[in-house]
Amino acid sequence: MLTSIAQAVYVVAALLFILSLAGLSGQASARRGNVLGMVGMGLALGATVLLAVDASERPVLVTLLLIALVFAIGTTVGVWRARSVEMTQMPELIAVLHSFVGLAAVLVGVNSYLTAEADVVHQVEVFLGVFIGAVTFTGSIVAYLKLSARMSSAPLMLPGRNLLNLAALVVSIGLMVWFVATNGVVPLLAMTVVALALGWHLVASIGGGDMPVVVSMLNSYSGWAAAAAGFMLGNDLLIVTGALVGSSGAILSYLMCRAMNRSFISVILGGFGAEGGAAPAAGDVVGEHREVLAPEVADLLLEARRVVITPGYGMAVAKAQYPVADLVQRLRGAGVDVRFGVHPVAGRLPGHMNVLLAEAKVPYDIVLEMDEINDDLAETDVVLVIGANDTVNPAALEDPGSPIAGMPVLEVWKAKHVVVFKRSMATGYAGVQNPLFFRENTAMLFGDAKDQVERIVQAVQARTGVAVG
Amino acid sequence: MRIGVPTEARPGERLVAATPATVAQLRKLGYDVVVETGAGRGASFSDDAYADAGATVVGADEVWTADVVTTVGTPAPERLSSLAAGTTLVTMLAPAATPELVALLAERGVTGLALDAVPRISRAQSLDVLSTLSNVAGYRAVIEAAEEYGGMFTGQVTAAGKTPPANVFVIGAGVAGLAAIGAAASLGAQVRASDVRPEAAEQIESMGGQPVRAEAAQQQVSADGYASALTEEQERLTQRMYAEETARADVVITTALVRGTAPTTITAAMVAAMRPGSVIVDLAASGGGNCELTVPGERVVTDNGVVILGWTDLTSRMPRHTSQLFGTNVVNLMALLTPERDGRVVLDLEDPVQRGITVTRDGEVLWPPPPVQVSAAPTAPVVEAQPVVDPVERARAEAEAARRRRSRRTALAGLGAVALALVLTVAPEETRQHLVVFALAVVVGYYVIFNVTHSLHTPLMAQTNAISGIILVGALLQIGSADPLVSTVAVVAASVASINIVGGFLVTYRMLGMFRKGD
Repeated sequence: MLTSIAQAVYVVAALLFILSLAGLSGQASARRGNVLGMVGMGLALGATVLLAVDASERPVLVTLLLIALVFAIGTTVGVWRARSVEMTQMPELIAVLHSFVGLAAVLVGVNSYLTAEADVVHQVEVFLGVFIGAVTFTGSIVAYLKLSARMSSAPLMLPGRNLLNLAALVVSIGLMVWFVATNGVVPLLAMTVVALALGWHLVASIGGGDMPVVVSMLNSYSGWAAAAAGFMLGNDLLIVTGALVGSSGAILSYLMCRAMNRSFISVILGGFGAEGGAAPAAGDVVGEHREVLAPEVADLLLEARRVVITPGYGMAVAKAQYPVADLVQRLRGAGVDVRFGVHPVAGRLPGHMNVLLAEAKVPYDIVLEMDEINDDLAETDVVLVIGANDTVNPAALEDPGSPIAGMPVLEVWKAKHVVVFKRSMATGYAGVQNPLFFRENTAMLFGDAKDQVERIVQAVQARTGVAVG
Repeated sequence: MRIGVPTEARPGERLVAATPATVAQLRKLGYDVVVETGAGRGASFSDDAYADAGATVVGADEVWTADVVTTVGTPAPERLSSLAAGTTLVTMLAPAATPELVALLAERGVTGLALDAVPRISRAQSLDVLSTLSNVAGYRAVIEAAEEYGGMFTGQVTAAGKTPPANVFVIGAGVAGLAAIGAAASLGAQVRASDVRPEAAEQIESMGGQPVRAEAAQQQVSADGYASALTEEQERLTQRMYAEETARADVVITTALVRGTAPTTITAAMVAAMRPGSVIVDLAASGGGNCELTVPGERVVTDNGVVILGWTDLTSRMPRHTSQLFGTNVVNLMALLTPERDGRVVLDLEDPVQRGITVTRDGEVLWPPPPVQVSAAPTAPVVEAQPVVDPVERARAEAEAARRRRSRRTALAGLGAVALALVLTVAPEETRQHLVVFALAVVVGYYVIFNVTHSLHTPLMAQTNAISGIILVGALLQIGSADPLVSTVAVVAASVASINIVGGFLVTYRMLGMFRKGD
């Protein structure tokens, strides 16, 4: 009886999860989607607690206390992280959360091995669940370390790294055969170690700029890990949810790869920009750049009718989204048409820029995607490139020999004036020199993006003499 | 070192090679500046203003003893022959047209830098005086035309009836032509313009003009940034187009100068077909004129009442801004020549820009320089480098590749289906049901996720993250185990998973709250 009720509740929860993801198709329905997800989760957990109490092999009170302890820990830490995280650190938070799912999958798998009787199908399920969980766990930790700059974001280039990955896979398959044959703990633990190392190496050999793909990929893995757990526990809710999350992450990875015109395999195999000797192409483009100062940019902006801002990871690093939003508000107040053009891989997380701009209260209907704004750039008076580099590089379209050739980019150079905010003349993450900087209609504004935007805001304020609330 | 700024030699010239503002910039480069008394008078810059900017105002003879002498026009020969050896002369020299002048400079041991020989490459733009002068001349041509033309440039609708806008036709969309198009368009005229270079059409549009082209009279994309002469067939078609356009225009501005010489674009017959009161401004008058009836430096009125302006001093008629822009070109050149910012000229002949403008040095004639390919048309060499492929052949190859891709995909899908069926057959009953649920959930996930808008991808990740914390369900069920090891491991697993759930949902909620629509 209780099991049937729980199963029914699980189905309802699974449907609510699907609706919750469907709600994210637009800003207007997104919040409702979020709430539906919470309700679904609440129902599922409620039913599970009842089941757990019912099936408890210990005194019920002890089990309940343990569960209460778990929820207390989860709520305290979860609320604290969710409240305190800065939007610029979103990629790190998400990577950490992925690692939690991976860890939980490994532990649940080991537990399932310890408790259930041994049959071949179950053994395979446990083995796969632990393998995926372990790869997700260490992979996410490396991603977190790279994103939070505790580890160099440059790709780790071990000799024969693809062979290493392949060897790890082959060894794991061998261990699986051993495990199925003996049902011993040694092959399981050995595989866990191999999988942990594989996850570490896999992500360590991918460069910082490919992080949007990596984080999406880990998102996908965490889903597959949950689905594998569902198989070993015979729980359809876990399977459905895991499959939803798994396909979600896979689609995001695919979209990111397409936005960079690269195949998923080549991203995963890592070491971008180091192959084929393409990097030395950086030296080919030389020329003189023109420098401007903040007050001149302010004049330029006030004289313009249409302005487009293309933000990149540099804006997140400098935390410049607030002054940028302030500038936009003032310019719009002065009658200038200001919009944003966001490249799909700008930032370190799919949709990262949108969140940062939303945080700074930029209305989402002026934040457009690359495809929506590219055709309008030719009629734009001023483009401000804030912390973006490779995503606005004309070499992607014009130089077939460039490492980023064929990648769709924001065609900012078609505008009348382009102002590039940059710390120095260093190259972007792909190590590709950007001919945009040497175009006649491009001017460089050097320095910290936040300081410079604040200076422009001051100059705009002085020119218009209007204080905008 | 000292830089000398003499009064211009040409009678009536109102320009000057440095303004008080550019004098200050030259001094920042480490130079002392001497200005001949009265040099800036024509451009309304007083001697006092120069002195305030840090220059020393001196007499005519002293200014020519400076280490570097800069002027707008070529100085008088007697001044040149009195220059000391080692002096650097920065001016417009027209070295191709005046070999005897070049020879004189070489003989005197003067280093001659021709400002009008700057190679047309992007990074040399900031010192290209021809662009500067053309730009001003193009603007002024419109102003001159507006003064002669008996109507308003802009169309008006008033209580007293309406007037049509002026029709302006611009021949040649170089710097001067584009400036003229922009100025005329901003006065409200309807501007049409033609250029033999196909890449100019876009530039014409960008300035507010409408490009006009003679059919099949377009040249190849130019490799060096200059227009070249036309073939006979192109010539004929272009002539016909010019005739049609000039006949309907109120104002015609011609700017066609091919390497210093002016081809005839408007014949006497075309002028005869124009309406009385129409105006032709010939910007190529200095090279003889594009119009057959142009008299350089004169205003001519034809029998049918068409006014033809052949002014050769258009830049001189706007001395204040022309001098400022010209002076800035000189400052940019001096900045290039002064890498250390220490007031010493260092000429680097390895640099194509510096090599290009250096006409003479140490008694040696260095003109003409080796050719420089321009960056203006970067795509052209790439296009040529690629092997020519028959479009039909290519389309066939592409179709073949697509077909192969399709059949490969079909094969893969078939293999997958077979594998799935096999697994389902051998799997025990319970697992089979789970696999069905799994397969359906993947498909549902695929369609649901593809609808998520890009801007919500970060909240999507946080949300899916929270949901994947559902693994907590598995951990919770294991907590009640009698085995303390299992129980402990389950508590750890459940704790991290619940952090995931709470943190993921709340952070998504927080993010979604930020997205708001504009008013």
